[in-house]
Amino acid sequence: MEIAVNTNGSKYHVNEKGYYGNFGGAYIPEMLYPNVEELRQNYMQIMADPAFQQQFTQLLKDYVGRPSPLYLAQRLSEKYKANIYLKREDLNHTGAHKVNNTIGQILLAQRLGKKRIIAETGAGQHGVATATVCALMGLECIVYMGSVDIERQAPNVARMKMLGATVVPATSGSRTLKDATNEAIRDWINNPVDTHYIIGSVVGPHPYPDMVARFQSVISEEIKLQLQEKTGTPYPNYVMACVGGGSNAAGTFFHFLDDEQVQLIPVEAAGKGVNSGFSAATSQLGKPGVIHASKTLLMQTEDGQIIEPHSISAGLDYPGVGPLHAHLFESGRARFMNATDDEALAAAFELTRLEGIIPALESSHALAKLKDLQLQPSDVVVVCLSGRGDKDMATYINHMELIAKS
Amino acid sequence: MNRIDQLFAAKKERILNIYCTAGFPALEDTLPVMTALQAHGADMIELGMPFSDPLADGPVIQDSSTRALQNGMSIKKLFEQLKGFRKNIQVPVILMGYLNPVLQFGVEAFLQQCAETGVDGIILPDLPMAEYEQDYKPLFEKYGLHLIFLVTPETSDARIRQIDAVSNGFVYAVSSSSTTGKDKDMKGQQAYFERLKKLQLQHPVLIGFGIKDKATFDAACAYSNGAIIGTAFIKAVENSQALDKDIQQFIQTVLS
Repeated sequence: MEIAVNTNGSKYHVNEKGYYGNFGGAYIPEMLYPNVEELRQNYMQIMADPAFQQQFTQLLKDYVGRPSPLYLAQRLSEKYKANIYLKREDLNHTGAHKVNNTIGQILLAQRLGKKRIIAETGAGQHGVATATVCALMGLECIVYMGSVDIERQAPNVARMKMLGATVVPATSGSRTLKDATNEAIRDWINNPVDTHYIIGSVVGPHPYPDMVARFQSVISEEIKLQLQEKTGTPYPNYVMACVGGGSNAAGTFFHFLDDEQVQLIPVEAAGKGVNSGFSAATSQLGKPGVIHASKTLLMQTEDGQIIEPHSISAGLDYPGVGPLHAHLFESGRARFMNATDDEALAAAFELTRLEGIIPALESSHALAKLKDLQLQPSDVVVVCLSGRGDKDMATYINHMELIAKS
Repeated sequence: MNRIDQLFAAKKERILNIYCTAGFPALEDTLPVMTALQAHGADMIELGMPFSDPLADGPVIQDSSTRALQNGMSIKKLFEQLKGFRKNIQVPVILMGYLNPVLQFGVEAFLQQCAETGVDGIILPDLPMAEYEQDYKPLFEKYGLHLIFLVTPETSDARIRQIDAVSNGFVYAVSSSSTTGKDKDMKGQQAYFERLKKLQLQHPVLIGFGIKDKATFDAACAYSNGAIIGTAFIKAVENSQALDKDIQQFIQTVLS
């Protein structure tokens, strides 16, 4: 394993100015300039350092439990009449792909001499992954979380607290991931010297989208090696991943971006339906604009006010999408799909009953689109199972009770 | 000559710039607030264009933005309100807001409307200097509008000089590393203010963030050409039943 650093010449990776095509950049207030500039100047060099890579790889192996298995899901494959592989990020320590990035960023923060770590979280997976690495390294940890999400993801809030993090509710706006991100950015403005902000997705000002994608790129690096071993070729027909901000998708697609024979399928949360007014399907509903310091697609009114999104899954409840994904959409490189709350729930129960794996609601959005791919029996599909469903048990129990009643 | 430049040519010290969110406390209060500000001694007015996600602002200004949006404020509505305001208001007026609503309005259309209605300058904290120079500078120049840039205690001398060189009108010195309305101690900022003064910038300097009363205004004026008050003013008018009287009292207290 090593962190991908050399991507020069690719039309899908970030350019030297921090843009993916028309998207990206660093639209930051001057107060954040020194922090972001410090990162920009140092991140590639730090990531390329063999000692850093060795430390990162070792922790991913011994602490996170990588490589995560690539599992041929037999009964799911029978049902959809194709060869469906699950990339088991749900088996990582802390239960999701988020930890790949927090391990990388905590090591980077240490090298930059930072003493205090802040993070935003939606479903709580990134918050837990950040609190975990802070406990591991003995650093102070403050996690901002929308008050709505604090309620619907209680087990993760308890985990963060047990790990020693302070969980601060974000009470403005929709009180979800967008607002937690606003509060984390405000904290960083107020604490510019000693604090590192561990952004959990491929969003935010350059270099964050690129840095997070590179830490997550271990997912597709492993998929290629594992597929080669299992099927004799590293190239599947499809790779699928859910997209909120898009970090597990960025990691799942990363090493396939220039392999045009591989279809990239990002799946967004349609909520109650793309046109219901309760959705988070940014590629369908968004227009170019600036959110969280990045030029990207975002859901907004005609006046440029950001629209509050909706998804049953807190991790996908975000009105924007990372600039890489905006570029993949605009260029046509990826085929964007979306799944409703109900489709995601059905897919979660289907996987549970066919394979004995309870997936996170986020990952279930990707699984929900297997039925719409028109698969051929020879097709090889890799779905990133980005997280496990423990945190969603309350939602799943409610759903079972509803079904039992009806 | 731009009214901002005229003001600084005529007045070198104790310039009072007051920020108020447009369409706040009520939708149609924009002009009455501006009129009262001029009448009672503000030298310059900064009008906030409300945004759903104001990253550089603390809770007070954020809440005023939310309320203004609920009132129905938008950039389009603001330009309707500002039509003809120059008949009564002579002080320089700056529009402050975030980039996204301006992008959706259309940058050139926005600047054209600013010039037509008589706005003098713009503050867009999330439009970085590099992007301004690369994409927008000629447009601002075409319409004779000043883009005001911020510097902070963490900004290096070299970058302050760069910002000064690109700036028009004045340099907005953020008093501490913070969002608006944070109570950080000004004493600790003396070294920064002195550093700014020593740099002898080509443009005048106004200090903002954390300026809330006479003591903080006087302290800021000791090192600069004046100061900007936002959060404290919003607090003074948010529940006002008599805007003109409350604004008079607020300004008198600061300038006393």
